[in-house]
Amino acid sequence: MIRFEDVHKTFGTNAVLRGLNLEVDKGTSMVIIGGSGTGKSVALKCVLGLVTPDSGRIYVDGQDTASGGDRDAFLARFGMLFQGAALFDSLPVWQNVAFRLLRGALKRPKAEAREIAVEKLRRVGLGPEVADRFPAELSGGMQKRVGLARAIAADPEVIFFDEPTTGLDPIMSGVINDLIREIVVEMGATAVTITHDMSSVRAIADNVAMLHAGKIRWTGPVAQMDASGDPYLDQFIHGRAEGPIDPVR
Amino acid sequence: MSVIAHLLAGIGRRVLAALATIGRVVLFTARAFSHMLRPPFYGRELLNALLHIGWLSLPVVGMTAIFTGAALALQIYAGGSRFDAQAVVPQIVALGIVRELGPVLVGLMIAARVTSSIAAEIATMKVTEQIDALTTLSTHPMKYLVAPRVLAALICVPLLVGLGDIIGILGGYTVAVNNLDFNGAVYIRNTVDFLEPLDVISSLVKGAVFGVIAATMGCYAGMQSGRGAQGVGRATKSSVEAASVLILAANVALTGAFFSI
Repeated sequence: MIRFEDVHKTFGTNAVLRGLNLEVDKGTSMVIIGGSGTGKSVALKCVLGLVTPDSGRIYVDGQDTASGGDRDAFLARFGMLFQGAALFDSLPVWQNVAFRLLRGALKRPKAEAREIAVEKLRRVGLGPEVADRFPAELSGGMQKRVGLARAIAADPEVIFFDEPTTGLDPIMSGVINDLIREIVVEMGATAVTITHDMSSVRAIADNVAMLHAGKIRWTGPVAQMDASGDPYLDQFIHGRAEGPIDPVR
Repeated sequence: MSVIAHLLAGIGRRVLAALATIGRVVLFTARAFSHMLRPPFYGRELLNALLHIGWLSLPVVGMTAIFTGAALALQIYAGGSRFDAQAVVPQIVALGIVRELGPVLVGLMIAARVTSSIAAEIATMKVTEQIDALTTLSTHPMKYLVAPRVLAALICVPLLVGLGDIIGILGGYTVAVNNLDFNGAVYIRNTVDFLEPLDVISSLVKGAVFGVIAATMGCYAGMQSGRGAQGVGRATKSSVEAASVLILAANVALTGAFFSI
């Protein structure tokens, strides 16, 4: 479904991606792990065209993402939950969730868009009373759930989750993990999640990829992660300060 | 020799960087106008921008104009009395306000109020990934955020300048009639008779240009913002500085274009 082929990206003198090769199969949940600043978010942003790779190719369903075509139609296939939820402050919650349904190719009548937004909010465990509030009036966990509702509002084929549990307490993290898993299974969507949180990895992933020094260090099914024998992956999943990964990067 | 070479290289780098920035701003402005002309159009965003830039700027524009007009009348009266020319107060107040102080002061107040607000809002949206979120939701940030604000400024600021001109003249009138013993009817007649259509046209054209500068610089600085609170602060500060300087420079150019002999 999504294939990275030798993708490089450098910001100034900082080479973030140095030959990323990765394949995400349709309908599976891939979790990308790795230390801070290793290029996990950049990789996702390269797929969506938010960041342009210096070299290499990214294919979605065999089509090169750099080949042009209808960009709106391409982006309509994706939903994304941002790290900080990235809700629009000036819009009430329901308009955030129904943003895509209120304009552009997927535009629906306002009442229908609101109905869908309320249903998606219910799907992520939020009542209709939240619909007319503004993002600033919500807790961090509620904002994440609204972001999740927005990501799934147009029933996308692919959903990206950028550190979905960062900044949340363990219980709320568990709630978000369960929601992501349920949504991915229920919708049959392809999911790519970026996280440092190993409990999220175990709850969400079918497959895991570890990004280190701009390349995939290890990839495989989550069940094989603990027995990988890779010292980098072992150090990361057990959170050890000692090991091949320098803690001061 | 090497010191001079280093100095020249430093100057060259700064000049090149400044030219590159000018090029980027010009391209950004051109893109903003091109997005204004192509669908989809975001009417609600335009209405919000009209409200924010136009309606909500009325109090500050009105206050600035009335105090400036009043002070100008007092100054001209005091200065004119040195060579027995107090009677020209209505004409000079009208000319000073309409041709110069009205558009410039309204432009600078818009730069202070609107440019800073636009820059801070868009920079915050950038820092919190809301701009990226817009893109992933198939909405072009130039079309959704920039074009409506620039268009609203293009519509509103000339109207604000026109209103500021009238209020400024009224400020001069109030002081002249109440404190300087001018006859109200004569004051108004002298003002109206003295002003020419070109004075008013130049004022409104300046307003339109200053409005575009103010909104564009706010949007540009916001979109170019660096990370974190410091990035937002820098974007806000640099947008107001750039807009103010550009407004003053454009004022010289436009005054030269309209009134050069």
